[in-house]
Amino acid sequence: MPVKVVIPSPLRPYAGKRESAEFQAKTVGEALGHLTTEFAELRKHLFTEDGKLRSFVNVYVNDEDIRYLAKENTPTKDGDTISIVPSIAGGCF
Amino acid sequence: MATTAQPQSDAKSAASLSNEEILRYSRHLIMPEVGMEGQLKLKSAKVLLIGTGGLGAPLGLYLAAAGVGKLGLVDFDVVDFTNLQRQVTFGTSDVGKPKSEAARARLSNLNPDIQIESFETQLTSANALDLLKDFDIIVDGTDNFPTRYLVNDACILLGKPNVYGSIFRFEGQVTVFGMPDGPCYRCLYPEPPPPGLVPSCAEGGVLGVLPGIVGSIQAMETIKLIIGRGDNLTGRLLLFDALGMKFRELKLRKNPNCPMCGTHRTITKLIDYYEFCGVRGEEASAPSLQVPEITPRELKTRLDRGDNLFILDVREPHEFQICNLQGHLIPLGELPRRVHELDSSREIVAHCRSGKRSAEAVDFLRKAGFRKTLNLKGGILAWSDEVDPSVPKY
Repeated sequence: MPVKVVIPSPLRPYAGKRESAEFQAKTVGEALGHLTTEFAELRKHLFTEDGKLRSFVNVYVNDEDIRYLAKENTPTKDGDTISIVPSIAGGCF
Repeated sequence: MATTAQPQSDAKSAASLSNEEILRYSRHLIMPEVGMEGQLKLKSAKVLLIGTGGLGAPLGLYLAAAGVGKLGLVDFDVVDFTNLQRQVTFGTSDVGKPKSEAARARLSNLNPDIQIESFETQLTSANALDLLKDFDIIVDGTDNFPTRYLVNDACILLGKPNVYGSIFRFEGQVTVFGMPDGPCYRCLYPEPPPPGLVPSCAEGGVLGVLPGIVGSIQAMETIKLIIGRGDNLTGRLLLFDALGMKFRELKLRKNPNCPMCGTHRTITKLIDYYEFCGVRGEEASAPSLQVPEITPRELKTRLDRGDNLFILDVREPHEFQICNLQGHLIPLGELPRRVHELDSSREIVAHCRSGKRSAEAVDFLRKAGFRKTLNLKGGILAWSDEVDPSVPKY
């Protein structure tokens, strides 16, 4: 069982409308790398030009925020779920 | 010997309930988790709703129904026809009325015993602290990032809980910020997205009942905070996926380095939130796209003249079904893959609903060598306004 990456609805248009994708990955960084290789358009929504994760996008491994783990070096194992949770506000912006 | 349930006292004081109130709230009173004590806490509570739209509708209705003693409603907007799909406090006859006033009237009818104050004003850095200070709990039902950061900061500065809910299309988030030792909005999202990167409800759409569910959860959390029962969502981010009908929960940690609520606060007063969110003085889409344009009238003139123009529609198939200019449909997201369907020797006019997506399409095509591409200014909405009113607007 590989690592599952859950794609939130604001980003699904840039990921071929997929709700999730699965990859073999040993770290969060590796999984996100696979994700943005497969869906190149996602890259600019997740990362800044110098390759940093955008600050209005949070990433969780299972239920823990990676900022409090090892960030992109957070290890992942088979069956883990990586959630991408962007800031949403509905309505106006 | 008959005994009275409680000492006779002035029915108007918050220390007791009138016989009528006891009857109205009987279904609360017979629950040990609420009882007279809980209901009296509700009666004494003062809750401020920021926003009386999609989230504000169930919030107002359920908090009024529950007997929250004082409700404040902040909204500067006016009821629009397209709001009725989800903002269920309003009726068709309310279209055109100020939302805060229409909501006040509806909630007053539901519960005339509570105090409802409407503030038909925009919440700003200049008025937020004054507006919020007399309320116990603030509920964030707003629809934009600058106001969310404003509400958060004002709540932290005043020491008030902020019951947060937000939605997008068919997903929602709920949590409680601003509790002692709990996180705040900036702990979760230190920075907002730049404008244009996340679509609004008008662009992305929203399932009408979604804010009904999320707002109801916010109402539930507010009531639990007032009566002091159950476990509230502080430190927990509740995620709701309506299509999958799944609730998930993520840990929401307080950031020790948070500039607002961390150990070394660096933000001590309210800031310019529009500047913070990059909205001031900028076009909605970033980078700003200056692409060659054609107005609907100009397009009509050229088509009538028999010019050999290729109309490219970059909207989604379900939009094409609502109305169309009989253009060639290639949704914007598919354009890179399907660009071979276009002939670079022809003059192409790209359009979408309002002109934003088609501007991106023109930018992309011009960079790909399609030199004769123009953007239909204002999209099919402007076509309906200026050329053919029989084309429906949506």
